[in-house]
Amino acid sequence: MTAAATPASSPATAGERPGVRLARSRRNAELSLLLLAMALVAAYGAMVEANVLDTVTPNFWVPAAVLTAVFLGIHVAIRFLAPFADPALLPAVALLNGLGVGFLRRLDLGNAAPEERADLAIFAGTGGRQLAWTLLSVLLAAGLLALVRDHRSISRYAYTLGLAGIVLVMLPAVLPASISEINGAKLWIRIGSFSIQPGEFAKLALLAFFAYYLVRKREVLSLASHRFLGIDFPRGRDLGPVVVVWVISLLVLIFQKDLGTSLLYFGMFVATVYIATERVSWLLIGLVLFFGGAYLAYVLGKSIGGPFLNFSVRADIWLDPFAKPYDEGYQLVQGLLALGTGGLFGAGPGGGQPTELPEVQNDFIFAGIGEEIGLFGLSALLVIYLLIVERGLRAGLAVRDSFGKLLAGGLAFTLALQVFVIVGGISKLIPLTGQTTPFLSAGGSSLMANWLLIAVLLRVSDAGRRPVTGGGKVNRPSGGPPEQLHGAPTEVIKP
Amino acid sequence: MPELVITVARFGFLVLLWIFVFTVVGVIRRDLFAGARSGRLVAAPRTVGASTGQASAKPAKVKRGRAAHQLVVTAGQLAGTRITLGEAQITIGRAEDSTLVITDDYASARHARLVPRDGQWFVEDLGSTNGTYLDRAKVTGPTPVPLGVPIRIGRTSLELRP
Repeated sequence: MTAAATPASSPATAGERPGVRLARSRRNAELSLLLLAMALVAAYGAMVEANVLDTVTPNFWVPAAVLTAVFLGIHVAIRFLAPFADPALLPAVALLNGLGVGFLRRLDLGNAAPEERADLAIFAGTGGRQLAWTLLSVLLAAGLLALVRDHRSISRYAYTLGLAGIVLVMLPAVLPASISEINGAKLWIRIGSFSIQPGEFAKLALLAFFAYYLVRKREVLSLASHRFLGIDFPRGRDLGPVVVVWVISLLVLIFQKDLGTSLLYFGMFVATVYIATERVSWLLIGLVLFFGGAYLAYVLGKSIGGPFLNFSVRADIWLDPFAKPYDEGYQLVQGLLALGTGGLFGAGPGGGQPTELPEVQNDFIFAGIGEEIGLFGLSALLVIYLLIVERGLRAGLAVRDSFGKLLAGGLAFTLALQVFVIVGGISKLIPLTGQTTPFLSAGGSSLMANWLLIAVLLRVSDAGRRPVTGGGKVNRPSGGPPEQLHGAPTEVIKP
Repeated sequence: MPELVITVARFGFLVLLWIFVFTVVGVIRRDLFAGARSGRLVAAPRTVGASTGQASAKPAKVKRGRAAHQLVVTAGQLAGTRITLGEAQITIGRAEDSTLVITDDYASARHARLVPRDGQWFVEDLGSTNGTYLDRAKVTGPTPVPLGVPIRIGRTSLELRP
């Protein structure tokens, strides 16, 4: 702590304390918020046991304590590795993750036979596995913070990351269905009892590539353009590689039958281009393309079926879920009923019947939680997501280089879009597409990828909030020659 | 478990959840409203800055109001960026090792620098092609920068804020 604060608080010659306002590292605020979040998680665990078991067992606090230890670990890591990182990100994410683990454990309790309920082991069941995944994910996030000391060094591997992203996206589509298919979606790599969803990681890799490429091409994009119908369109050859990446990932995803993810990639792409070029025309083009594509997929699914059938079925369910409440519409109807049963204040943690909901540990976790904490609690969770996204965008605003801005802005937007797609899906605002709810849903890949995302945001926000200390030398990239020296004057600077 | 305890705990949990939300908002409030607060500032007259250097005998209260703590980009591609000022100089230009790397077509690689001297910041042009302007006047030598007066470099504008 003292090491972190010294450059900021050393008094200047004239007696003021420059930089004292925003330069505080605020790690103590993070610590207290984190402890508050963990107290909430422990309270949630106690209430679940009180409702499900009718008594609070003496070791109700153990999962919360394990989580607290894990998050305190990364908190200490942040103190050393990214002392000026945003103080609100970690506690907010920790709360969501902790409530997710608590809810999954509650599902295990609900599914277990009544006599076994009292002595459910800590790492048993879905909740226990999620706890183990949390441990691993937080370790990975700390590892990323230790490995990447300057977010700009990511840009040096941009093309490698782009290639890795494409390979990760395509891998499950190419592999035989016996290895890659779960519930009709070819998104997985299954090794024994483990399954990995490489698309979750591809998201991060592709975004890093987009950010790097668009930073390099930004000046071309904003200067060379065709004006058509009052909108400036960039030349095709400047955008070629990005469009190619997008089309490939989209094609693969349609054949992997997972429209939620393809929507996520598309939104990510449009948002990154918009942030890079600051042109509203890109949003318009994106929206038109998206709605046109969705309608086309719906019509094609109605007429020829094939790979589009999945989407048209889902759109029909969305238009009228109560038409077939016991077949296709069953999941959505149950989700809506759960949210309705929850009402304003919910049935209380452990008081609902989330085990009646199909896939409640994955896609429908928000409906399952909603039944028990009600609209009042759900809106708190949504506000927490909102705050995480706001902090991400703020990190993008604060950082002083374009790559960091695009990276943080794009990552924050991706997180927001993912929450929108799944929460919109279960609340019947948009057609339901399979997505994990970030930090809440059961699943190691999603949790790991989202923790890595948070690690990158922490790194960028650290760079943005760090006070300037050593003249121009602090921000020197660790490798490679400066790129834009062609305009440099040759004269000697007099002191 | 008595019904009353469960009910109290149920609502208590929701209240605690919102308390958490508002505590987080409280922690980041400074950042959330930082833009709005500095937007109310009135630009100081240009002569004020120059005298601040010798004014170390003045009461601390007055000085604190006039000391620059932040450099804010108000226009251009980096608009919204804030740099917290320390004791070190700030270099501005397109070169990657500048403190503030601006991707502005009209900026030179090493365009200008801001140097603190006795609590006052001076802007100095580093032989740029298109020049540095303090408000409307071209900067020729080290010039004291008052609070809230725009430094213009190409399409980018910067301001010192308290």
